[in-house]
Amino acid sequence: MRYDSLLDSLGGTPLVGLPGLSPSPGVRLWAKLEDRNPTGSIKDRVAFAMIEQAEKDGRLSPGCTILEPTSGNTGISLAMVAKVRGYRMVCVMPENTSAERRQLLEMWGAEIHFSAAEGGSNEAVRVAKQMAEDHPDWVMLYQYGNPANSRAHYETTGPELLADLPSITHFVAGLGTTGTLMGVGRYLREHRPDAQVVAAEPRYGELVYGLRNLDEGFVPELYDESVLTTRFSVPADAALRRTRELLTHEGIFAGISTGGALHAAMGVARKAEKAGERADIAFVIADAGWKYLSTGAYEGSLDEAAQRLDGQLWA
Amino acid sequence: MAIEVRIPTILRNLTDGAKAVEGEGSTLGELITDLDKRHPGLAERIVEDGKLRRFINVYLNDEDVRFLGGIDTVVSDGDTVTVLPAVAGGTR
Repeated sequence: MRYDSLLDSLGGTPLVGLPGLSPSPGVRLWAKLEDRNPTGSIKDRVAFAMIEQAEKDGRLSPGCTILEPTSGNTGISLAMVAKVRGYRMVCVMPENTSAERRQLLEMWGAEIHFSAAEGGSNEAVRVAKQMAEDHPDWVMLYQYGNPANSRAHYETTGPELLADLPSITHFVAGLGTTGTLMGVGRYLREHRPDAQVVAAEPRYGELVYGLRNLDEGFVPELYDESVLTTRFSVPADAALRRTRELLTHEGIFAGISTGGALHAAMGVARKAEKAGERADIAFVIADAGWKYLSTGAYEGSLDEAAQRLDGQLWA
Repeated sequence: MAIEVRIPTILRNLTDGAKAVEGEGSTLGELITDLDKRHPGLAERIVEDGKLRRFINVYLNDEDVRFLGGIDTVVSDGDTVTVLPAVAGGTR
């Protein structure tokens, strides 16, 4: 396929069946390979949509500085688009995220401001809001509250899924900014009112406080609970186990948060199987595993890997 | 077979330090009542006025029971129930 530029190739990602992990011919799992985006994650859709909207609204013009609290993928996507479009990019990121994310951000010229590990993403959001106040000329696109985030998924991810899988019964994705679930969820509600919208939320150990856990004080402005059918809370060891199952049963090398989404997808698959219902369950491969190699997630025993992950933001 | 219930650190003083205990029942409410017989005080920390306490999260096979049937969620042998405090000391 030919495109005018890398950004033009955004989206249109493959949906692949998972015959090795699907419980039966009647209950099937499907993975949307969002790592096949320009910088390798689903966040490219969001970053591009937010920048386009800000340009349309006249908030952004060449030479402007973009500021964003991000634990990685959104920052990486924004940094790439910013580089190509001529903006300066400043990221606020918790210090306990993987080394590769920092390297990738710097590679595309982003400046990184680290926030304290203890506060997780909540602290990064707080620090970024403070910096935005101190620099009124900077543009904070703010993925947690920017309607262009969920709209990108309403306009692209959702229609792609339904076109590829008209028989979809469940959609499963990780819960962070909530943009993916809100956007795809609303689109499905309009076209497949019976489809279930399932959130997979990371559950962190006692070493990491705050984070994007909705019950721990910070609720993204985009979040509307009524869009969700149900919510899973996935501990790190389960996310790791599922990430490795994807590798061994399907050959898919995914990031750790994807293991979390798969865990929830397997949960709803098991329930459908038990109830004797047909199911076509689509979930999101948010990114590939490259950025997480240094966490040791893919080597040694599961227990060892889970221990190494303790205290790190893995989704 | 029974239902495994994982207990958070702050409630382990009621389970002699055990991280997980086992119980029986056909609903979450019955299960908690059953556990309370062997671990007195546990039910009171999880349930209030016949409902789950606001700052306690309960997961059935990692699924939030508030989206299922709350205290009336149907449970069966082989299930795993996880009890967690909702506020772990995060920032505001």
